[in-house]
Amino acid sequence: MSTDAPVKPDVKKSDIEFGSYKYGFHDSTDNYAFKSRKGLDPQIVRQISEMKCEPEWMTNFRLESLAIFESRPMPNWGGDMSDLDFQDIFYYMKAANEQETSWDDVPEDIRRTYDRLGIPEAEKKYLSGVKAQYDSEVVYGSLQEDLAKQGVIFTDTDSALRDHPELFREYFATIIPPGDNKFAALNSAVWSGGSFIYIPKGVKIEFPLQAYFRINSQNMGQFERTLIIVDEGASVHYVEGCTAPTYSSNSLHSAVVEIVVKRGARCRYTTIQNWSSNVYNLVTKRAMAYGDSLMEWIDGNLGSKLTMKYPAIWLMEPGARGETLSIAFAGPGQHQDAGAKMVHCAPNTSSRIVSKSISRGGGRSSYRGLVKIHKDAKNCRSNVVCDALILDPASRSDTYPYIEVEEQDVAIEHEASVSKIGEEQLFYLMSRGMTEAEASAMIVTGFIEPLVKELPMEYAVEMNRLIELQMEGSVG
Amino acid sequence: MISVLKISDLHVSVGTTPILNGVNMEIRQGEVHALMGPNGSGKSTLAYALAGHPNYNVTEGSIEIDGVNVTEMKADERARLGMFLAFQYPVVIPGVKVADFLRHAVSNVRNPDRKEGEGLIGMREFRKEIRERMTELGMDHEFARRYLNDGFSGGEKKRMEILQLAMLQPRFAILDETDSGLDSDAVRVVSEGLAKLAGPQMGVLIITHHERLLEFNPPQFTHVMLGGRIVEIGDAALAHDLHANGYAAVRARHPEAEAETAKVEAAAV
Repeated sequence: MSTDAPVKPDVKKSDIEFGSYKYGFHDSTDNYAFKSRKGLDPQIVRQISEMKCEPEWMTNFRLESLAIFESRPMPNWGGDMSDLDFQDIFYYMKAANEQETSWDDVPEDIRRTYDRLGIPEAEKKYLSGVKAQYDSEVVYGSLQEDLAKQGVIFTDTDSALRDHPELFREYFATIIPPGDNKFAALNSAVWSGGSFIYIPKGVKIEFPLQAYFRINSQNMGQFERTLIIVDEGASVHYVEGCTAPTYSSNSLHSAVVEIVVKRGARCRYTTIQNWSSNVYNLVTKRAMAYGDSLMEWIDGNLGSKLTMKYPAIWLMEPGARGETLSIAFAGPGQHQDAGAKMVHCAPNTSSRIVSKSISRGGGRSSYRGLVKIHKDAKNCRSNVVCDALILDPASRSDTYPYIEVEEQDVAIEHEASVSKIGEEQLFYLMSRGMTEAEASAMIVTGFIEPLVKELPMEYAVEMNRLIELQMEGSVG
Repeated sequence: MISVLKISDLHVSVGTTPILNGVNMEIRQGEVHALMGPNGSGKSTLAYALAGHPNYNVTEGSIEIDGVNVTEMKADERARLGMFLAFQYPVVIPGVKVADFLRHAVSNVRNPDRKEGEGLIGMREFRKEIRERMTELGMDHEFARRYLNDGFSGGEKKRMEILQLAMLQPRFAILDETDSGLDSDAVRVVSEGLAKLAGPQMGVLIITHHERLLEFNPPQFTHVMLGGRIVEIGDAALAHDLHANGYAAVRARHPEAEAETAKVEAAAV
């Protein structure tokens, strides 16, 4: 039976309502339960910690992180951050006083926002659990009972600090310490929300765990902190999608994601981000993969003003495998500086990076990647493929592959290609009745198909729809 | 009503080089026309100009479908009016599955007023139809899952063109050397396929060097092109004669047109 799979399902506008800019709406922030003043100093950091009733060690951790943040210079590589003003940002905002347990208890305007994002609908389907972050606090969450019975923890990171203090402290900031980079330090100082996941030994979760994040306040920084521990022989697929409303002044999103994949375990982390074009998206993601484990990052970056994101995998023990698939779409005024890092710390480890980028309307996409093989990490293999598609002469694509090898006995491959949408491809499709915009979208969709087919169905549909929308109005 | 494709005094340039110098032709639904001529005489240029390739500039004359002037229309608008070109060199579109592509194309062509983003033809209906057409053309159903022309053999690409023809059911089909580069089995499959598809609802213009395609699809009209002009018109017998004896006699009968061909070839060098 041949034609079951290849046809995309009907996507009705009512199912995925995008409008002129789908997530370009926003709710009033007058009902916020708490809002810090703008700017950043030790007093604000203390206030955040107090509001959250945190233990002293966390307050101190935040303050030390702030000192590191302040001592570090801005990075002089990557993208232009010259109009990012750290003192013009709200670092903490709490949308509702209590964490809600039932959908009906969630305040009306917040629910309306989520309705428009389609979260309850998604939950009705086959989700194992939904965590939705509204600004700084998780206001709604559910987890199927059978997962809880198996000892799975899926909660927001603030609750995890309170309810699982020992497990939390054992791993928190061990993968990405505050000193790692300036933005990791910033996140460590002001973090709020994010997901905390623990999968016990041998537990395999068949359906993706999902979270939605959303910035909903002007000049509001979002600093979620996610920590995932996949114990020996366990497996999990975590999915998050991000959207943000359109605002005229700059917003900052600076998340930290830490993952531990223990022996024989598997973890796949899928992200689709569609920030509005005023957001600085500066994210640190790192996983440590132990013996015979598999870690996969699948990373889709659309929107934002500037994204700097290089999901990393440290291959710590023999047999560990790491894979990163990334898609970046840079439209007008956007710079996607994205890529991946693979650090081979042990022999017999392997990694693969596949990066696809699309630039149009003067957008700029850069692949920035590192493959590092430490001394004595013999018999390692690494394969890097990056393809760039440039849709018009005003757009730009760059490749910055860094390879550091301290060992002879290794196999590293790197392939890069840059292509333009061919006139002949456009004509061929148009001669079959497709408009120029439809034809361009189809070519772009085909270009990223090898990655999109790795996404869960609803994300694949949304991704293709997003690409189509990005392409609308892109031609004549 | 029988639809008519009318080509009047068509002059076409590629860049600054004139290739067609006043082509006239009328094709009605249900008719089969053969277009023959030596290499460089302008046959493929006519095919591209009819389909609306942006690099083929019409400098004079017109193309009309049922009195509607399509000369300034883009390729997609012409397709929606029932124009179809089976490409000599079908284009590879990586990552786009045949079924997705065709479902989109069929939706647009059958519903010419469809706006971008509006619903596509029903999946069930489409799937049934494409399977039937593939079976008729002796194609493995697995074709529908493959990426469009990606890694296809020459024969598979041509069969793919015929499948598109079958699904889109155009009023006017131009086949640009659809039989070139194929082994004899593949030529037979394509020829039989076309014979099944072409009927009273389709006007066909076959550009070919081969006998086979015309054997299965005998033309009522044979046009001979030389130097960007139609220099002779005949019936199926003319096509047979040209196959058998080549173009020397035609060249000798039309020295001015022959001189144009030489000019174009010189410009191309």
